[in-house]
Amino acid sequence: MEVIFVLIAISLILAGTFLFLFFRAMKGGQFDDNHTPAIRILFENKPNNKNKEVPSTKSK
Amino acid sequence: MSNPVRLKPITEHQACFHCGEQCTSEILHFDGKEFCCSGCKLVYEVLSESELCSYYDIADTPGISQKSNQGKDNRFDYLDDADIIDKLVDFKNQQEIHITFFIPLIHCASCIWLLENLHKLHSGIVSGRVDFIKKKVQVKYNSDQINLKEVVQLLSKIGYEPSINLADSDKKKPEISDKKLIKKLAVAGFCFGNMMLFSLPEYFSEAELLGEGFKKTFNYLNVFLALPVFFYAATDYYRSAWLSVKNRAVNMDVPIAIGIVTLFIYSLFDILYLGNEGYMDTLGGLLFFLLIGKYYQQKTYDTLSFDRDYKSYFPIAVTKVVRNREEVIPLIKLQVGDIIKVRNEELIPADSILLEGEATIDYSFVTGEEVPISKQKGELIYAGGRQKGNALTLTVQKSPSQGYLTDLWNNESFEKDKIQDLASLANRISGKFTFIVIFIALLAFAYWAYAGQVSTAVLAFTSVLIITCPCALAMSTPFTLGNTLRVFGQGKFYLKNAQVIERLARVDTVVFDKTGTLTDPGKASVTYSGESLSPETQSLIKGMVSQSTHALSNRINSWLEGVTATSLEQVLELTGKGLQTIYKGQQIRLGSAVFVGANTKNLPSGGNLVFLAIEEQVLGYFYILSGLREGIAEVVSEIQGQAKVHLLSGDQDHERENLQQTFGQDVLMNFNQSPKDKLTYIQQLNQSGVQTLMVGDGLNDAGALQESQVGIALTDNITNFSPASDAIMDASMVQKLPRFLQFAKTSRNIIKASFGLSFTYNVFGVFFAVQGLVSPVFCAILMPISSISVVVFTTVTTNYLAYKRGLKPKIW
Repeated sequence: MEVIFVLIAISLILAGTFLFLFFRAMKGGQFDDNHTPAIRILFENKPNNKNKEVPSTKSK
Repeated sequence: MSNPVRLKPITEHQACFHCGEQCTSEILHFDGKEFCCSGCKLVYEVLSESELCSYYDIADTPGISQKSNQGKDNRFDYLDDADIIDKLVDFKNQQEIHITFFIPLIHCASCIWLLENLHKLHSGIVSGRVDFIKKKVQVKYNSDQINLKEVVQLLSKIGYEPSINLADSDKKKPEISDKKLIKKLAVAGFCFGNMMLFSLPEYFSEAELLGEGFKKTFNYLNVFLALPVFFYAATDYYRSAWLSVKNRAVNMDVPIAIGIVTLFIYSLFDILYLGNEGYMDTLGGLLFFLLIGKYYQQKTYDTLSFDRDYKSYFPIAVTKVVRNREEVIPLIKLQVGDIIKVRNEELIPADSILLEGEATIDYSFVTGEEVPISKQKGELIYAGGRQKGNALTLTVQKSPSQGYLTDLWNNESFEKDKIQDLASLANRISGKFTFIVIFIALLAFAYWAYAGQVSTAVLAFTSVLIITCPCALAMSTPFTLGNTLRVFGQGKFYLKNAQVIERLARVDTVVFDKTGTLTDPGKASVTYSGESLSPETQSLIKGMVSQSTHALSNRINSWLEGVTATSLEQVLELTGKGLQTIYKGQQIRLGSAVFVGANTKNLPSGGNLVFLAIEEQVLGYFYILSGLREGIAEVVSEIQGQAKVHLLSGDQDHERENLQQTFGQDVLMNFNQSPKDKLTYIQQLNQSGVQTLMVGDGLNDAGALQESQVGIALTDNITNFSPASDAIMDASMVQKLPRFLQFAKTSRNIIKASFGLSFTYNVFGVFFAVQGLVSPVFCAILMPISSISVVVFTTVTTNYLAYKRGLKPKIW
């Protein structure tokens, strides 16, 4: 039954990691705008353009 | 003399390829496509040169009409000013500058596509990034290749003119508070989830599934997990409770804070000292649900940001004349004594004396009177007026912050905080609630202590506080009001905050402003009587009125829709009289009866008359009535069932009879009201003890809107104007106003009902708690059930009732 302590540790670390990842994603601005990206993904990049650098998808 | 002639509209309208508007006055052909104006054609040209025509593939006619956007090349000159640039930019280094523009014209997927392809239009622009919901674009550009002014000019050239105002440049408020709340919510959720897991042995305490050792460890883990909840997630409640205690007013957060602290300390004592299981999971759940409610409420407020600052109304820059040279400076740098130039359609930025030019000032925003006033040299012109006509030279008498508008704005009634005198319903109830709870808890403590059972006394005291912890009570209000705000928002009725709903529910007197509120500027009715107009005369009239900015000219102009204007060399506008021109050697006059020398017998009354005369020969007249908004008569009569209706108007009273007929005899009407009069009128109403709702259309009613218990600003363009009001309503939604008023009352009743529900739970809980019979299981089950049931109850009832009353298209 002592194995349950290991499991608890793992579960806490796992859940804590998700919390940390959530904070990081939020700081990175992933939740700032959840409408535009859904439209943006539908635009096609035409290949015949002079091929300038496509704007990066990171907000900052 | 009275056979009304109606113009037949031009039958075949061609839709503009760029903006989709009907091409009425001119049709331009280019590239096999039709355009309604040269502006639209220009945008198309720019886009096709840069091979960006897939703009038109994403949506049909995605453009914005360019008709109104022509002329005035130096209006962005202030963007050369280094101070202004520094205030506007987000980020700046050696080469790159990042700036965020607010562009109200963003409306479809094509807009996003074009604005994100700005770098193809100018090599100096690195990228554009759109936030569709907030209608914002972040542009990054190389400062050595393009400057801010050129960026803005480029944007406005392709039809996306950013709206820049002083409030923006004053520094944007960071949205940190929202993020903090989400973080707290995440922490609470994380801890709550895990604590539930560790409390599992508690929930099955009878089963003795695990040994004592496990139970202890789990309890300690719970204490450990409760720390971030207690010391981080709950901090907002301590602060709010402390502030309210400091101000000697008990608000909703006081019992919550007491509950949280008691729960935590007692659980700590219970676990560490008595070796029991405590209520840490309950604490986690409580905070989690409370924060969800708070987040939900905040989300609903985000629908519209209200700007009560007068600065957003003023222009950001003015043209200053220094040694015969024009120079565009930011408004904040304007000083007394400066000489400024104000062009056609520009606002007077500060109280000034007219030095040169013919001033025809439209004060419709300030006084409500539509007809422009003419001013002579040397006269004082107040801030807030709009010049109609040629450019003026003025000398500034007061700095912009001391102008007439600012006086109106800073009127002492504006300073009064309405929230203070009207404690909201929930706060009043929860205030009493707190005292009752503490009283019962103390009573239970005293009873058991007297009986000699101290441990039971402590248990009873804390469990009363815990079990009655008003989380259900606390959640019912934000959830109901939040839902109501959302329902209103869907009906294009945006409230400043939830307290407005409670004030709306108490309204018993509704005051309407006439101009722009009851009347629709676009719906004026124009009829022509007299000799019928030949197409040539029509286009001649159109040519005359299109050169004038008078309100009546505008109406005749829009009545002559579809007619091509004759280009006239010289149209003389005689203030207070009318228009005069020479066409093919004939003198043409358009204006008042005296001006054209018309006979004034047998004429219709109640509206404005404009006569047409050729070579002293009167041909006929236009009869112009300001049109009422659609369905407004029904609105007024429906409201009369609920409240008294008053009507204030800045206009002369020549329409009194007309209005009295439409609205009935019970409506109290007052004409010739200046903004000050309107304000005093509302003040008098307030003093007589009634709860007033003022419905106006903006700044000319600013004082009255602010003074009334609830001020609603009707606007035809929500993104354009944000006045000093408690709510903004889309003018097309005014028919629903009575239903909104009703619904405000309903939502108040829903809150009361949910209070009843949560009181039932509480009475039930207290019954057991005072006997010291409450076990953790009981607490853990009753609390979430009561909270969840209250939330479900309020959400379902508000949505269902809103749907049933036709305020919502769907239940969800």
